[in-house]
Amino acid sequence: MSNNTDFILSIEDLTVSFDGFKAVDMVNLYVDKNELRVIIGPNGAGKTTLLDLICGKTKATSGSIKFKGKELTKLAEHSIVRSGVGRKFQTPSIYENLSVFQNLEMSFPRGRSVFGCLTFRRTTDVIDRVHEVAEQVMLKDSLYLEEAGLLSHGQKQWLEIGMLLMQDPELLMLDEPVAGMSVKEREQTAVLLNKISQNRSVVVIEHDMEFVKRIAHKVTVLHQGKVLMEGKMDKVQSDPRVVEVYLGH
Amino acid sequence: MMKAMYQNMLGGRSGMIGLLILAAIIFLVLPLGLDLFRLNLVGKYLTYAFVAVSLVLLWGYGGILSLGQGIFFGLGGYCMAMFLKLEASDPESTKIQTTPGIPDFMDWNQLTALPWFWEPFHSLTFTLIAILAVPTLFAFIIGYAMFKRRVGGVYFAIITQVIALILTILIVGQQGYTGGVNGITDLKTLMGWDIRTDSAKYILYFINGALLIAVILVSRVILGSKFGMLMLAMRDKEERVRFSGYDVADFKIFVFCLAAMISAIGGAMFTLQVGFMSPTFVGIVPSIEMVIFAAVGGRMSLIGAVYGALLVNYGKTVFSESYPELWLFLMGGLFIAVVMFFPNGLAGIYDKYEKKLFTRKPRKGSASAMSSRTLSDPQPGPVRDAASPPAKGMGISNQPVN
Repeated sequence: MSNNTDFILSIEDLTVSFDGFKAVDMVNLYVDKNELRVIIGPNGAGKTTLLDLICGKTKATSGSIKFKGKELTKLAEHSIVRSGVGRKFQTPSIYENLSVFQNLEMSFPRGRSVFGCLTFRRTTDVIDRVHEVAEQVMLKDSLYLEEAGLLSHGQKQWLEIGMLLMQDPELLMLDEPVAGMSVKEREQTAVLLNKISQNRSVVVIEHDMEFVKRIAHKVTVLHQGKVLMEGKMDKVQSDPRVVEVYLGH
Repeated sequence: MMKAMYQNMLGGRSGMIGLLILAAIIFLVLPLGLDLFRLNLVGKYLTYAFVAVSLVLLWGYGGILSLGQGIFFGLGGYCMAMFLKLEASDPESTKIQTTPGIPDFMDWNQLTALPWFWEPFHSLTFTLIAILAVPTLFAFIIGYAMFKRRVGGVYFAIITQVIALILTILIVGQQGYTGGVNGITDLKTLMGWDIRTDSAKYILYFINGALLIAVILVSRVILGSKFGMLMLAMRDKEERVRFSGYDVADFKIFVFCLAAMISAIGGAMFTLQVGFMSPTFVGIVPSIEMVIFAAVGGRMSLIGAVYGALLVNYGKTVFSESYPELWLFLMGGLFIAVVMFFPNGLAGIYDKYEKKLFTRKPRKGSASAMSSRTLSDPQPGPVRDAASPPAKGMGISNQPVN
C-alpha cells in the first residue's frame, strides 16, 4: 500500500452520479509532486467533470480527493483555491472589461476577504509580480491593454494561465489550454507548460496528440467515466484498447 | 494611503467637476431659485436619490437587481418616525386619549400600553443607531440566506419584491403597532426642535444634501478600491472570481447591506422632511420606481443616479398634476426606452458627448478621416499609453468613478 502523502493529489474511488448516470465512476488517480499529467479520452469520457470534482465545482457522490493529505470533497471552492489548487476553464474565462494588468492583479493572493479588498493597495510587490507573470505568459506588451476582451483567443488562454500563476498554486489544472491556438502559439504554450511544471504539479486535459507528446510525463486515458489505462505516452499510443476507443477515430 | 483615498473620492478631474456641479445645484441653484414649498419637494426627491445611489452600487456595479429597496428606505423611515411619534405623544398633548402618553393610533386600536419594541425609541441615540442597524441587519439576513445558496438574478429580484410586499402587508395589518395604512403621521418635533418651521425645513434640506454628497464620496472610495474592481469582475465572470479564491457570497452580502444602509439614511431624511412615513413607500411600486430613477440617471454613475431621481420625480409631479392616470404608463414607457436605447442612462449620454466635445478633437489634415472614425467608433481606442503604467496605491481602478 503506497503512502498517500507522497502524492500531491490522490483520488480514490471517486464517483459522481447525475440522476443515475455515472459521469465519473470509481476513478483512482495519483499525481506526483512536480508531475505533468495529461488526461485524454473521447468526448463525454468525464475529463472535465473530473476537474470540476477536484476544484469543487461539482460535488462528489462518493469517494475521496486528497490534496497534500487534505480532503477536498467537502470544502468550498474558494477554500480549495486557497489551499493551492488552480483551475483554468475550457473556454478562456477572463474579465473582459478589465485591463490585462487588472486581470492579473485580481488573482494576486492577497486581500481576498471583503475587508481585505477594501484596504488592498497596489504595492511594489504586486506590480513586480504582475510584470513577472506577464513576461512568463508572453503578454508583456499587452499589459496595459485597457480591455482584456480585445486580446486574441490564444492570448486569452495565456492570460488565464497567467492569472493562475499569480496564485502560485501547487496544483494547476488546465482544461484544453491550446484549443483555438495557432501552430506557433501551441509551440510557445508547450514551452510555457514545461517551464511552469518544474516546481508544481500540472494536470492537463488535451485532444491534440502532438501537443500531448511534447508535454506529458504520464498520460491517463478516461473512457465512460473510468480509467482505461495509464502510462507513458508511447505505451498508451500503442495500446489496442486506446486506439479502439479514442485514437482510432 | 490617505492621499490615494482622497483621489478616489474626488474621482479625477471629470469626477470632481461633476461633483462640484451637483453640489452647486443642490446647495446654491435650487435653494436660491425655488420657493420653500418646491424646495421641500426637491428635498423629498433627494431622499430617493439615496436609494438610487445605493442601486448604482448594488445593481450597476454588483449586478444584483433588488426590486425591494423600498424595504430599507421604509425601515429607516419608520425608525425615525417612531422616535418622532413618541416625542409628539407626550402625556400632555395626548391627555384626551383613553391611555395618554402613547401614540394616537395605538389608542384608537385599543392598546393600553406602549409595545416593548417601541420603548427604546424614546432615545435619540438608539434611534440613530437603529436607523442604520435595523435595515442593515435585515439585509444581512436576506443576503446571507440568498447569496450563500447562490440565489441570484431574476430569482433574487422576485424574492426582494415579495419581501417588500410582505412587509407592506405586515405594516398595514398590524395597525395598532405600526399605524397601519395611514402610517405614522403628525410628527412635530425633534428633541424639542419643531421640524415643521421654515427654518427647520431649510436646515433639514441642507443636512440631507450634505449626507447625500457624503454617501457619494464614500461610495467612490469603495468603488475605486479593489472591491469595486472585484464587483465588475464578479458581474462579468462569477465563476472565475470564485475560482480565484474569493467567497463571492461575502461580497454580495456586503454590497447588499451597504445599499440597505444608504437607502435607510434616505428613508430617515424623508420622514424628517416630509413629516410622516407610511407603507406606500415600502411596497413594490416605490421599489420599482427607485430602480427607474437609477436606470434613467445611469446605473453606472453615482451622480447620474441623483439627477435621475430628481428628473423623474419632477416629471412625476408635473404630469400627475395634469394627467395622474397616465403617469404610470409614461414611467413604464420611460423605463423600457432607457433600457433599450440608453442602457447607461443620462450619464451614458453625457459621457458620449463629453468625449466628443473634449477629447476627440481631430488633428488638422486628417480631419475628415478622423471624424468619420469618431462617429462609427464611439468606444475609445483600446491601447493605453504603455509609458503610463498603473500607479501604486489604492486607486486601482483605471476609470474615474462618476
